[in-house]
Amino acid sequence: MTTLDPSSVLAQRQQRLARPTKATGWTSWLTTVDHKKIAILYGSTAMVFMVLGGVEALLIRLQLWRPNGTVLTAATYNQLFTMHGTTMVFLVGMPMAVAFGNYLLPLMIGARDVAFPRINMLGYWIFLLGGVFLYSSFFLGGAPNGGWFGYAPLTSMPMARGFLPSHGADFWAIGLIMLGIGSVTSAVNFIVTTLNMRAPGMTLLRMPVFVWMIFIIAMLTLFALPPVTAALIQVYMDRNFGTHFFDAAAGGDPLLYQHLFWLFGHPEVYILILPGMGIVSEILPVFSRKPLFGARVVVMSGIAIGFVGWGVWVHHMFATGVGPATTTGFGIATMAIAVPTGVKIFNWLGTVWGGAVRLTTAMLYSLGFIAMFTLGGLSGVMHSIVPSNGQQHDTYFVVAHFHYVLFGGLIFAIFGGFYYWWPKVFGHFLSEKMGKVGFWLLFVGFNLTFFPMHIVGLQGMPRRTYTYGTGHGWELMNQLETVGGFIIALAVLVFIVNVVASRKRNDLAGADPWDGRTLEWSIPSPVPVYNFLEVPEVHAFDDFWHRKYTEDEEGRLVRLPSGGSDAGEHPEGEHSDGSHIHLPSPSYWPLVFAFGLPMSGYGFVFKNWWLVGVGVAVLMFGLTAWLVEPDTAQDDHS
Amino acid sequence: MSAVTADSATQDHGHGANAGHGQTTNTGVSNTKLAVWAFLSSEALFFGSFISTYLLYRGRDTNFAAAGLIPEAYNPQDLFNIEFTSATSFILLMSSLTMVLALAALQRDDHRRFRIWIASTALFGLTFIAGQVYEFTEFYREGLQLGSGTFGGSFYVMTGLHGAHVTVGIFWLLSLYQRSLQGKLGSEKSEAVEVAGLYWHFVDIVWIVIFTVVYLVPYHK
Repeated sequence: MTTLDPSSVLAQRQQRLARPTKATGWTSWLTTVDHKKIAILYGSTAMVFMVLGGVEALLIRLQLWRPNGTVLTAATYNQLFTMHGTTMVFLVGMPMAVAFGNYLLPLMIGARDVAFPRINMLGYWIFLLGGVFLYSSFFLGGAPNGGWFGYAPLTSMPMARGFLPSHGADFWAIGLIMLGIGSVTSAVNFIVTTLNMRAPGMTLLRMPVFVWMIFIIAMLTLFALPPVTAALIQVYMDRNFGTHFFDAAAGGDPLLYQHLFWLFGHPEVYILILPGMGIVSEILPVFSRKPLFGARVVVMSGIAIGFVGWGVWVHHMFATGVGPATTTGFGIATMAIAVPTGVKIFNWLGTVWGGAVRLTTAMLYSLGFIAMFTLGGLSGVMHSIVPSNGQQHDTYFVVAHFHYVLFGGLIFAIFGGFYYWWPKVFGHFLSEKMGKVGFWLLFVGFNLTFFPMHIVGLQGMPRRTYTYGTGHGWELMNQLETVGGFIIALAVLVFIVNVVASRKRNDLAGADPWDGRTLEWSIPSPVPVYNFLEVPEVHAFDDFWHRKYTEDEEGRLVRLPSGGSDAGEHPEGEHSDGSHIHLPSPSYWPLVFAFGLPMSGYGFVFKNWWLVGVGVAVLMFGLTAWLVEPDTAQDDHS
Repeated sequence: MSAVTADSATQDHGHGANAGHGQTTNTGVSNTKLAVWAFLSSEALFFGSFISTYLLYRGRDTNFAAAGLIPEAYNPQDLFNIEFTSATSFILLMSSLTMVLALAALQRDDHRRFRIWIASTALFGLTFIAGQVYEFTEFYREGLQLGSGTFGGSFYVMTGLHGAHVTVGIFWLLSLYQRSLQGKLGSEKSEAVEVAGLYWHFVDIVWIVIFTVVYLVPYHK
């Protein structure tokens, strides 16, 4: 069949092309396969996208400052709210979860890396290049402008027939397919790592709650992305090849799109929030000096949310007239899913109750999470009541609801996680003083922005509309919201200043600054490249805590004399520097492989089949070179 | 909750990073194989979405045309050549048998037979693809386009994506053949063939569903 063998040619060439070996310097970041470095790349890139999405939100708020605003045209407004939503979901929320998961998952289960280090790096490159691809649309005729949900037939009508006369929707469909590929690779990686790479004694129920939540979202990602990928392919085909998947005039059914999209879209909500729940479940026990109240129940509630989360998607579609039986069923399921969520809230409260609470910045954010998420959850349950849902549908009440859940929930947890794990990742503390200022700014700004949205929403102010008329009485509320939005921006600025200033101040933290409970605190900060000098043996949930403390007869904590951090206490031996540990070697090929995707992506958007071909060729080249390259350079001659 | 206990796991202290090469894992299943299973479960929903789409639109064009809602419709049963498609489907299913024989041959270090069976598998796959190309050409000549009602799009896109998966599988099989020729595929690396087989069987099973839904179940009216 084939006489020319590309893989052997590549193998020869590779011996001449030196394998990347550098572990420091900026080039090492291009080829690294270290899960910790990849996590930092994910986190910092997502932070940049958070600022971009934030700027879009501020422009939206400026436009809505007064009735009949003229800051933005309707066309620009559509692009901005679409890109704000798309950015915050796909380029901030999901990658932030991957950032925390990447750094902590191997450390918390006592592993030296994830199961597939190079696929891990591939996921990052796809995320970065997919984000750049989406944002390049601003300079190539116009950004996506059909909403982050991209309802067909608005998005799926061919450009010539003119609902959305730009390539925006093509960029959106192709970009999300690309990002989806990246998400599925990291989901597979996390699932295999969690199931296969746990340290001896780390049974599933001894895993920290955060690990469980990452495992659950990986499962959700694995099953939620395919339906939306199918829907996006159908949108692309409708726009560019004249199929009629969603064209009602030709027999197509727009509701099919909504079903496929929300079959992804609702589990996606849990993909975004469960990591936040995991983060606060780690922070609250440490700063309450108590074990997580009912830790197993928290895990089981997470699993329950993961299952029931598949049966609620139609509550996004109650206004479409899907029929009383359907709406009733999905309404009941939506009420039911509030139960495991409510259980968790009581677990967190029970953890803090009676604890020796230390109000650090991380703790403040976690407590803020509980309060804000509860408010968002309550307005969420209101949506399960079908008649009330019809009233609230497409108003600012919904906008208020999901910002309370995803901003008051996820973003608060992410900032809490930053303050909590920063010493572990970078070796120094973030300033607590600036952190607390930042927290209160964010807390006030957040509530000022989003609470009034409940009120104007119930008064009927429609979302996704670029302006509003005078005489509705919405002026004051909208002005408060805009002021709040800028206070949020100030809070983010304080955080960025804190990052820079704390790096300069370099207030060293040591291995276990918070008196932690999980394995990552048992190793030095910043974590050495091989993570664990000796793979730990685990005997209990919160194993590291039990190595440090025991209880006397009256149940009081007693510190064990030999307890504490292992850091720096290793017996001096010839291998105490970890040099005997073989780690996977860096690689160029994930980057090459990932570059093929946006190349063919541009080809698909502009229907340039040569470019698609070149992109696929680059991808195949990267893949072939990858497959003939051994995992570790040391294995080259074995 | 878990029959899986970590007590059975003895993680290699030297090679913590990648347990893909015969090292013990917590589940006893290698990382690579577990990852392929996870990936295939994701693929199942991908094809499931297209199959659901097809089922939703199945027979709709004919009904709509009869009711005067759309101008004309292709009746799938007038287009299909069931005998021909049954023959290529049978060949594709037989390729699963040769795939199993290839793996068995490699596991007992019979490299000559391994190459015969793996090449047969690829050839059977190729025959199926050739049949699909022929079928698409025929349908297109008879006037069925991507834009022919909902049937054109839902048929071509679903079967086309399946064909693309078979094509990827053929390349995968050929790369295994190549590695065997170079002497780089000993029986200790039979897992590389096993996971390719998992993918190949999966694609076959998807075809069984598509063949049933598209060709076998009768269209009313």
